[in-house]
Amino acid sequence: MDVISEAFSQAIRLIGTLDDKLIEIVALSLRVSLSAVAIATVLGLPVGAGLAVAKFPGRQALVVMLNALMGLPPVVVGLLVYLLLSRSGPLGSFGILFTPEAMIMAQTVLILPIIAALTRQAVEDAWNEYREQLTSLGARGWTAALTLVWDIRFSLITAVLAGLGRAAAEVGAVIIVGGNIDGVTRVMTTTIALETSKGDLPLALSLGMILVTLVLLLNAAAQSLKQLAERRYG
Amino acid sequence: MADVNPIAISILPLRLEAVSFAVNGVAIIDRVSLTIETGPRTIILGPNGAGKSVLMRLCHGLLAPTSGRLSWNVPERPGERRRQAMVFQRQMMLRRSALGNITYALKLAGVSATERKAQGWAALERVGLAPLAKRPARVLSGGEQQRLALARAWALKPEVLFLDEPTANLDPGATAEVERIIHAIHAAGTKIVMSTHNLGQARRVGDEVVFLYQGQLKEHAGVDQFFTTPASAEAEAFIKGELPWLYNDVDSSSPARRLR
Amino acid sequence: MAIQRRRFLLAGAALALIAAHPVDAADKYITVASTTSTEQSGLFGYLLPIFEKKTGIQVRVVAVGTGQALEIGRRGDADVVFVHDKVAEQKFVAEGYGVDRKEVMYNDFVVIGPKSDPAKIAESKDVLGALQKIKAAKAPFVSRADKSGTHAAELRYWKAAGIDIGKEKGPWYKETGSGMGPALNTASGLNCYILADRGTWLNFKNRGDLKILVEGDNRLFNQYGIMLVNPAKHPQVKQELGEAFINWVISPEGQKTIAAYKINGEPLFFPNYSPG
Repeated sequence: MDVISEAFSQAIRLIGTLDDKLIEIVALSLRVSLSAVAIATVLGLPVGAGLAVAKFPGRQALVVMLNALMGLPPVVVGLLVYLLLSRSGPLGSFGILFTPEAMIMAQTVLILPIIAALTRQAVEDAWNEYREQLTSLGARGWTAALTLVWDIRFSLITAVLAGLGRAAAEVGAVIIVGGNIDGVTRVMTTTIALETSKGDLPLALSLGMILVTLVLLLNAAAQSLKQLAERRYG
Repeated sequence: MADVNPIAISILPLRLEAVSFAVNGVAIIDRVSLTIETGPRTIILGPNGAGKSVLMRLCHGLLAPTSGRLSWNVPERPGERRRQAMVFQRQMMLRRSALGNITYALKLAGVSATERKAQGWAALERVGLAPLAKRPARVLSGGEQQRLALARAWALKPEVLFLDEPTANLDPGATAEVERIIHAIHAAGTKIVMSTHNLGQARRVGDEVVFLYQGQLKEHAGVDQFFTTPASAEAEAFIKGELPWLYNDVDSSSPARRLR
Repeated sequence: MAIQRRRFLLAGAALALIAAHPVDAADKYITVASTTSTEQSGLFGYLLPIFEKKTGIQVRVVAVGTGQALEIGRRGDADVVFVHDKVAEQKFVAEGYGVDRKEVMYNDFVVIGPKSDPAKIAESKDVLGALQKIKAAKAPFVSRADKSGTHAAELRYWKAAGIDIGKEKGPWYKETGSGMGPALNTASGLNCYILADRGTWLNFKNRGDLKILVEGDNRLFNQYGIMLVNPAKHPQVKQELGEAFINWVISPEGQKTIAAYKINGEPLFFPNYSPG
């Protein structure tokens, strides 16, 4: 209980004094996770939408696999991306291991299935609703998929938020490919892990509180955007 | 003033040869042979569960027959602009404005951006929805959405317009509006094929009747002849209001959805 | 509608800008693979800014367990390896992955345990005797079990004490497979004995009921070595910059700086580079 109240006051202090280190860590966390979400959305939306409307043998198996990949353990993703980016690995010559770019890449891999799978579900539901009308009008394939995505764009915010939540919360992937280098690749989650392992539990917890608050604010913002749009478009 | 291009070869007549549609061995449509010609407004009439909706969807290409042949005068090729349109019993409007739903359909039909807007407005004017053009389509009332669907279909200038029980969910005032619009669309040169179980509507709107009962074509005659001298016992019973509700009648607006 | 689409494109462009951050401005930097215990002792936080100011070379430390640090070196993902497991380091050089191992400093291990000291090991300078007593009493003991330098040292002590720990361990011997900090957390939570490096212990804040019970045994000294990753095996290694760092660390100035690092007035590391 003491730990929690000490953590709370420490969190207030860190935020109130705009602690330099804190700003640095938060800025990097946002940069890494938001970039990963942006890239994963650009890639995952078409994959999910295409899978929702397409019909081909093995489609069901692909849907199941995509859903299963949502549960990819972050540490496994981190390890795989590390082996890819290592100097001894296939992409080593790019030299991006132990940089924020590597972290963005690992998190993108991690959340791409989440965004794609949730998009697929949402678009498939919309397709079931609109299929006859769109087919009647002559919209097929990609045209139909893109129409649906645009139509349900505000529900897709939920899929994107799910990806963001996963990215902001994970530590296993970024710590392996980033190396948790002070001032270069240290983000909120890896700092929390570090301070915990140093036994500084109040500091770790205070950072945790700040992280959760941040994610909460992002979610709240997205939710109000969604509600605004729903009121406008029905 | 005909909206439909008179020079192009018509896609009608539509020929059905022993067309059947079965699900799990049960024949929803049972060996229907029928020719739908240019000209008369055709009413697909029958009690709930007769298979009217399924027949409409087979004609429009939303379902494929499990046996038999269905052929248009000019075969439809995927990717080409569609020359038929359909209005469903329940509307599926996109989350856009009323005008936006029409311009979307026009865009699919390959109409240029400036033309889309002009034609969209014109279509809305024709059905009296111009004041609601910018309103989100999904907040319109049932009757307004149906009129919007008709406006959209009309803007596409189809050769054939299928209507699947379009007024089943509407009150008499809205129903009258819809029938008025259908009449105008027909006057502009579009072939009307409409399903209904409402005898009065069949009489008001139709020129010929295709009577369906339990998936089978029982009669195909001019409207006056059908109502004064029905040829089949089922037709006679139906006109008198004596046909029982069928066992497998559920939501007649989406039998196809049921079958999925 | 068109306006909405424009707004979406703008949002997308903004996001793309966040992602397209310019590649790190520091051109001169080296990657050093080192251990968590060294990092958590706070040495790097003290040492590196001094080096950086003097040479303009940024030192990026990836702090992991010794085993992982050597693996990072083997793969060529670091320029310099700075760990504390002499046997493993010598193997690393013998296998051609590292060049020119130099001894830099040593710190010491301590045996930590609950104040109540059920195995009665306190106030002895004999680490081997202490381990024998712990095993005899079957007192709970936490082992890092993570191929770290500390873990390797722990295993050497068991062996020297005549105990085949692999065969003779029991439920009292808890292998956490983790770094020094997490292992200390576990020991603190369960009131166990544990072998730790002094540096991490001095910085550790979650002590619970634990305290240092055995220290000062010569055998508890923990030697650090530094090596350049072999440029012959990995041509992209920053040889010049890496050697600058190594040479500074073993220089009189570097060695003095190491000795100057203190916690609560106590030095943690004892420089012992000798050219011979």
